[in-house]
Amino acid sequence: MTSIDAGHRAATQDHSEGMAYLETVPSRIVTTYIPLFLILIVLLFPFYWMALTAVKPDDQLIDMDRVSPFWTWTPTFKHIHKLLFESDYPRWLWNTMFIASCATFISLVASVLAAYAIVRLRFKGAQTVGALIFLAYLVPPSILFIPLATVIYKVGLFDTPLALILVYPTILIPFSTWLLMGYFKTIPFELEECALIDGANRWQILTKIILPLAVPGLISAFIFSFTLCWNEFIYALTFLSSTQNKTVPVAIVNEFVDGDIYRWGSLMAGALAGSLPLVILYAFFVEHYVSAMTGAVKE
Amino acid sequence: MANSAIEMPAGLTRSRSERSAWQKLCSSRNWLGFWYMLPAAGILILFLAYPLFLGVWLSFTDTKIGRAGEFIGLENYEWLGGDSVFWMSVFNTLLYTVVASVAKFAIGLYLALLLNKHLPFKALIRALVLIPFIVPTVLSAIAFWWIYDSQFSIISWSLRQLGWIDHNINFLGDPWNARWSTIFANVWRGVPFIAITLLAGLQTVSPSLYEAATLDGATNWQRFRHITYPLLTPIIAVVMTFSVLFTFTDFQLIWALTRGGPVNATHLMATLSYQRAIIAGQLGEGAAISTAMIPFLLAAIGIAWYGLQTRKWQQGGSND
Repeated sequence: MTSIDAGHRAATQDHSEGMAYLETVPSRIVTTYIPLFLILIVLLFPFYWMALTAVKPDDQLIDMDRVSPFWTWTPTFKHIHKLLFESDYPRWLWNTMFIASCATFISLVASVLAAYAIVRLRFKGAQTVGALIFLAYLVPPSILFIPLATVIYKVGLFDTPLALILVYPTILIPFSTWLLMGYFKTIPFELEECALIDGANRWQILTKIILPLAVPGLISAFIFSFTLCWNEFIYALTFLSSTQNKTVPVAIVNEFVDGDIYRWGSLMAGALAGSLPLVILYAFFVEHYVSAMTGAVKE
Repeated sequence: MANSAIEMPAGLTRSRSERSAWQKLCSSRNWLGFWYMLPAAGILILFLAYPLFLGVWLSFTDTKIGRAGEFIGLENYEWLGGDSVFWMSVFNTLLYTVVASVAKFAIGLYLALLLNKHLPFKALIRALVLIPFIVPTVLSAIAFWWIYDSQFSIISWSLRQLGWIDHNINFLGDPWNARWSTIFANVWRGVPFIAITLLAGLQTVSPSLYEAATLDGATNWQRFRHITYPLLTPIIAVVMTFSVLFTFTDFQLIWALTRGGPVNATHLMATLSYQRAIIAGQLGEGAAISTAMIPFLLAAIGIAWYGLQTRKWQQGGSND
């Protein structure tokens, strides 16, 4: 799979030169750099504002006339301290991480098996099953949460992390299966044939030959699935009710919002702390993340 | 002797057929495929396919939270037909979807074309562009909530400093302001996804096509219209289908920013169904609102599929 990544990278480098020399520097500044800069500012400003608000002292938050609101010379860690030591925030963060990890793990195992079966075992009806899995990807949680709530309630999983761990894979499996199918297709048949002749069974082929070769695909699927779990809101909002069990997105919206005029500092600190783990993870695996995003669409 | 002579082969065949049945379960393609599909199929059938049908069934009942309902036919739909809040939510959903999708597509394509040029720090810029898509929607929506605050909004403050307005804009308190504000937040969140996926499509277009067209005297617009756009159509169709589906069924952005307010002015069908089903406890009615979304979703998928097929037919091949 490294060869594919390398090929992809070579292709992008090829393209970057192109006919750029035809454009003069001033026209490039006007047509490319200025619009790009403006778009970047708009895209990133909310995060700057989030981070700035999280460390601003309270009095500066609501007094914009004495000091410029765009910077602070007296950062405070009061909001972050309050978040970490006077609220259940660490607990919510742990819940989110635990649920996301378990759901991602379950989905990856199920998706690897399903993708391998569809692409390589080619059982009767494999094509149809593949198409059905793609259709499952198009069913949005917003039309499922009401009936699912009754199902979850009936099986007695209401207000438990297990409810989300079992339900999140419905979002993740279609996506990961589709992504891994693309990866498995690029692995040469000959490798499998050799292994079959040497007496390996299907399970050995999958674990000893296919999986090691598909590691980049697995990482992509893992990162993307983990992010989706972390981002999920409507199921978490519907299926969890006690403060202790909530995930970060739900807890921030429901527990931090009160009439307090000084709530913004801790609210923004909470949003920042909830985003940072994902952004850090993303920073290490940008390429995998992008290939997950585009791979699922390209197929 | 005679008995055993007759018995022996029978015993042998039985054990052989047993073994072959067991081997069949382990090695036949179809059975093996079945075992490998089992975990994924089990989860999807139990928690996706079954609830989908259960939801449609619930919409024909008067189920409430904590009380099983009875079949009441189309009563929920008739009730919704005369409910102005429901029609308002349909209008909002369509407005939200159409405006946000068009804006996301236009800005996303523009950004993709910009990023496809020869740039310094291209990898870094691309990584930065994607950040709004990484950060959980609710958390960035909360940042927007603060940016849209009625008293301390940074936008109002900046415009006041510039002298363009003389009092704060009530971003989320006025129906139309609230609609545009939520649409803006949605576009902000959706542009990176579209830009990066279209960029991946652009990178597969061979530069020699552009060089040939330039030699033939094609203008910028002609190059875009006759090379980039046709080659990009399949990816555009897929990306926009996803974008339209997810915008149409959006829930979290609205819930975090306005919860459907002011006075139901920004309710989407998804938020209204949550309000009616979970908060008010009318599961049947909420399910009817969700079910009413299904025809719209099917239409969106159908249009995209039709577009793709036409495209394939025009290109005269069955290439995937």
